[in-house]
Amino acid sequence: MSLTFQQIMKLMLSGLLETLYMTIISTAAAYIIGLPVGVLLTVTDKDGIKPNKTLNTSIGFVVNVLRSVPFIILLVAVMPITRAIVGTTIGSSATVVPLVIAAAPYIARMVESSIKEVDRGVIEASHSMGATTLQIVLKVLIPEAKPSLLLGAAISITTILSYSAMAGFVGGGGLGDIAIRYGYNLGKTDVMLVMVVVLVAIVQLFQAFGGWFSRKNDRRIR
Amino acid sequence: MKEDYIIEIHDLNKTFTSEGKSIQVLDNINISIRRGEIFGIIGLSGAGKSTLVRCMNLLERPTAGKVYVDGQEMTALTEKELRTARQSIGMIFQNFNLLMQRTALDNVCFPLELVGMKKKQAREKARELLATVGLSDKEDEYPARLSGGQKQRVAIARALATNPKVLLCDEITSALDPTTTQSILELLKDLNQKLGVTVIVITHQMKVIEQICSRVAIIDSSHIEEIGTVDEVFRRPKTAAAKRLLYSRGEHIDKFTGRGKLLRLVFDGSSTDRPIIAEMILKFGVIVNIAYADTKNIDGRMYGHMILQLPEDEGLVEQILGYLDDEGISYSEEG
Ligand SMILES: Nc1ncnc2c1ncn2[C@@H]1O[C@H](COP(=O)(O)OP(=O)(O)O)[C@@H](O)[C@H]1O
Ligand SMILES: [Mg+2]
Repeated sequence: MSLTFQQIMKLMLSGLLETLYMTIISTAAAYIIGLPVGVLLTVTDKDGIKPNKTLNTSIGFVVNVLRSVPFIILLVAVMPITRAIVGTTIGSSATVVPLVIAAAPYIARMVESSIKEVDRGVIEASHSMGATTLQIVLKVLIPEAKPSLLLGAAISITTILSYSAMAGFVGGGGLGDIAIRYGYNLGKTDVMLVMVVVLVAIVQLFQAFGGWFSRKNDRRIR
Repeated sequence: MKEDYIIEIHDLNKTFTSEGKSIQVLDNINISIRRGEIFGIIGLSGAGKSTLVRCMNLLERPTAGKVYVDGQEMTALTEKELRTARQSIGMIFQNFNLLMQRTALDNVCFPLELVGMKKKQAREKARELLATVGLSDKEDEYPARLSGGQKQRVAIARALATNPKVLLCDEITSALDPTTTQSILELLKDLNQKLGVTVIVITHQMKVIEQICSRVAIIDSSHIEEIGTVDEVFRRPKTAAAKRLLYSRGEHIDKFTGRGKLLRLVFDGSSTDRPIIAEMILKFGVIVNIAYADTKNIDGRMYGHMILQLPEDEGLVEQILGYLDDEGISYSEEG
């Protein structure tokens, strides 16, 4: 027996809300970790404003390790941690934990590359005015990298969104979960198709909005 | 009486070491800069000018030697003390180095924020400074919408925000067209006179030095070759390196294939505007070739230099040299 249009829409709506919930909470949490780590990576780099080889290589190592574990494996591997934090390993709240663990190092690298784009001359000028490292980070690096950081955020959020869909394999909730349960397990291709189309649509939307918002915030143009 | 020097550099050396190789960029530099003067440092690209100026505010730490700014031994300060000391040393750059995501006004506010000035007070001060550099109407513009000259004016206002005693200017007109260069140099001179701020001008352009500097140092491959008043050094350079630098403007005498001797005449303003070359040609009935000339007439006096190709006849050359001696024109033979 196939589902009515109304039933599919209802499913889709609940899936969409779950997906947005997972994505937004995970992105926010991952930025809380990833932004300072990315800044630290830039600042302690050998060409950074406060080079520190030991710190830079150790953080870099952890980031690389986490980045190289496939998400689907991470999803399973962190289940004990997830259970400890959320109390369960299924549902969208449980998915937030592996999402944050996967996304934070990714975001750290995005932030690092954005901040590295900041003109060295401006940093030099700040030094010449007697700025401290913290002042340079807060008043120069982050504000000057803002357009690039925003663009990075749009890319990060869409990446996290697609990761969240993958979590459907372990009952993670959201659009991906529905697509897998109905489409893959029960052979209801129409349901799967609707979920995928909606996923594609939100990715497009986030990306387009991110690009627009980044340009709007860039004072180097116009 | 002891001179009042605002900057003193003693036996300064700077060596960069990267990947096991080390290059000495500054070799035994000694310079004293007087309070309130406009001091020029000229040299070719790669001579070490930027490194030298960066050693003055310790953006670059000298490998050896001492740097004093306003009596304070910069080389002996801790990082924290240095940050404070740098507030009385303004710096301006070739590429302006403005914050691109801040308006002109907020750029000028930046150094004031760094010292913890209240926002309202900082904005007031910044407005005054923008007025000083003639940019009151551009307060709310972002640097991307300003011309090169306007950007440099913002940078100057920013450098002046903390009332520095010294302004370090590293090639600040090199990215500007001649007209804009003029106006920026005039502004600097004005600020020097009005505020009494000592200005150190780094450049590879002689015109910049001629226009605003009282004294000049010539730097050539890590060494200071000559220091003196602009007049002394530019009219009568003593060292080979200085001559090479000062006379290298756009001339290509090596392409010149005549066989006669090449003679360089230097006009230092002591001769009047009598047509000396023409008189010489008439007097000796010879043909001399003007291989190169860069002279200008200021108040009826001739400045600059000129390269003549002399006839091959030795006797005639003797007579010509005698004539030049009589006229009081200094000359040297070109290799
Ligand atoms: N941080 C650095 N590391 C290694 N070499 C440097 C560094 N900074 C400058 N140099 C070298 O020092 C020399 C002088 O540079 P610089 O002071 O910038 O010269 P200028 O300003 O006169 O063009 C150049 O050969 C340059 O390559
Ligand atoms: Mg330079």
